[in-house]
Amino acid sequence: MTLLDPRVLGEWWNTFLRSGGLSEGWVIFINAVVVTLILMGFGLTSVLIIIWAERKIAGRVQDRLGPNRVGPYGLLQSVADALKLMTKEDITPERAERITYNLAPGLAVFAVLMLLVVIPFGPGLIAADLNIGVLYVVAMGSFGIMAALMAGWASNNKYALLGGFRTVAQLLSYEIPMVLSMSVPVLFAGTMSLHKLVEMQANFRWFGLIMPTAFLIYLISALAENERTPFDLLEAESEIVAGYHIEYSGLKFAWFFLAFFLNTLLLSAIAVTLFLGGWQGPFVDKVPLLGVLYFFLKTVLIVFVFMWVRATFPRLRIDQMMALAWKVLVPMALALVLLAATAVKLPWPPLARDVFLFFSNIVMLFVALGAIGRHLRQEAERFSGRQKWATSSSTTS
Amino acid sequence: MVLQAVFLITALLTLGSALMVVLHRNLFISALFLIASFFGVAVFYVLLEAEFLAVAQVLIYIGAIATLIVFAIMLSRGMMTGRTSPRNAQALWAAGGSLALGAALLYVVVFRVQWPVAEKAVPADMIQRLGTGLVTDYVVPFELASLLLMAALIGAVMIAREKEV
Repeated sequence: MTLLDPRVLGEWWNTFLRSGGLSEGWVIFINAVVVTLILMGFGLTSVLIIIWAERKIAGRVQDRLGPNRVGPYGLLQSVADALKLMTKEDITPERAERITYNLAPGLAVFAVLMLLVVIPFGPGLIAADLNIGVLYVVAMGSFGIMAALMAGWASNNKYALLGGFRTVAQLLSYEIPMVLSMSVPVLFAGTMSLHKLVEMQANFRWFGLIMPTAFLIYLISALAENERTPFDLLEAESEIVAGYHIEYSGLKFAWFFLAFFLNTLLLSAIAVTLFLGGWQGPFVDKVPLLGVLYFFLKTVLIVFVFMWVRATFPRLRIDQMMALAWKVLVPMALALVLLAATAVKLPWPPLARDVFLFFSNIVMLFVALGAIGRHLRQEAERFSGRQKWATSSSTTS
Repeated sequence: MVLQAVFLITALLTLGSALMVVLHRNLFISALFLIASFFGVAVFYVLLEAEFLAVAQVLIYIGAIATLIVFAIMLSRGMMTGRTSPRNAQALWAAGGSLALGAALLYVVVFRVQWPVAEKAVPADMIQRLGTGLVTDYVVPFELASLLLMAALIGAVMIAREKEV
């Protein structure tokens, strides 16, 4: 049974390396290289599967078959697409700022790949358990923003530049509710290390169950941070000709999409870590390797929700998108942080606190939904009133 | 020895990009070099095992300040494409002045400052201590900073507000 514990396996691997007569520095170096290769290989291959799943699920929702020609169930479709992208001509616009133009796709992938470092895949399975894990996740997002700006500006295309502007506006706006909702689990756990955050959520004390509204705010902001439907007006073909990566072709274009799909996976993984108990689940303390299975099951569930949303909802306008962030999500997230901070400090039994927090979250969600609903009804009435006025005035004149 | 090599390379890159910030003719590229030099400083913090400072450096300087600078450049007319000259008639005086100031600072840093080495290892719960410090010993500067940010926020809203007809 102990063989199923990744920590034991790690110790075994280290003693194996040391028995070969390697010094401690070399052991650390070899481990770093091996872990990096595993993480990058995992990230890049998972993207192929995510793309296939995305197209298959969207097809199923829209009553189509999805990819079904290459390989069984169309499984090799992504491989074929990747090969096709590699053979495409690599075009650089004539007056593009060459260095910045070529740097941007790499930076976009870098920003996302770096997140893999702090994700706890199972008990003891984390590349670097930084004690500032949550802050690190937020900081890496700023590289993604820079990549979009650089791509938009260096392409020397006004639509790319507009797309870059819009991307920065959206990513910066949705970073605020995202960070605020991420700070709720941090308040509960009293730590920013992602591994310790998972350890605090044992016995189904998942932060997403205690604070469902915070979890919902995180999911909505993650959709926006990932530029997914309904927030995909940054890269949709029908809006400003696909945004900041309009001038990119071939593999450089593929790199932007690699970053996009990898970000989907990692934002889901962070959602699971912060709100759904990460690798926690029944029998994990007996068979630690089960934790990896739980972690991936939960992550796949969140990724599925993202794809489901993409296949179902229409796109928001840019003013609606900004209004949702600043007028709805930020005030709600601020109120939640205040609520959580007060509840954590009050001296009462944990169970009573959790139940109180759960119900106050639900109440807050319904109050917010009611306010949005009333506002939308008023808007609709005002609009229809104007219509009536316009038609009546045209008939009288 | 590896650490020293990393330090030297990072120092060269940081200083080089800092120089390019003031020397490059295109303002936008200058801003990108500024980001590179901010990143170099973050690497120094990592080398000093001050991860919190490194992440804060990336978050605040690259995520917020650099983005703001880039936005200011992008929204100013003609700044993006035009090649502005970084030099003017006072270039010589400015160079002399900054050289003198740099020499004075270097003198103080190298010869006057004592560099005591911490006796104990860095405590593991550094972030917790920092957080507690901010709301106990340093609560007045902390609150003053938040007051300043609040004033800036209200000012921004007042400036950006739509004029009533």
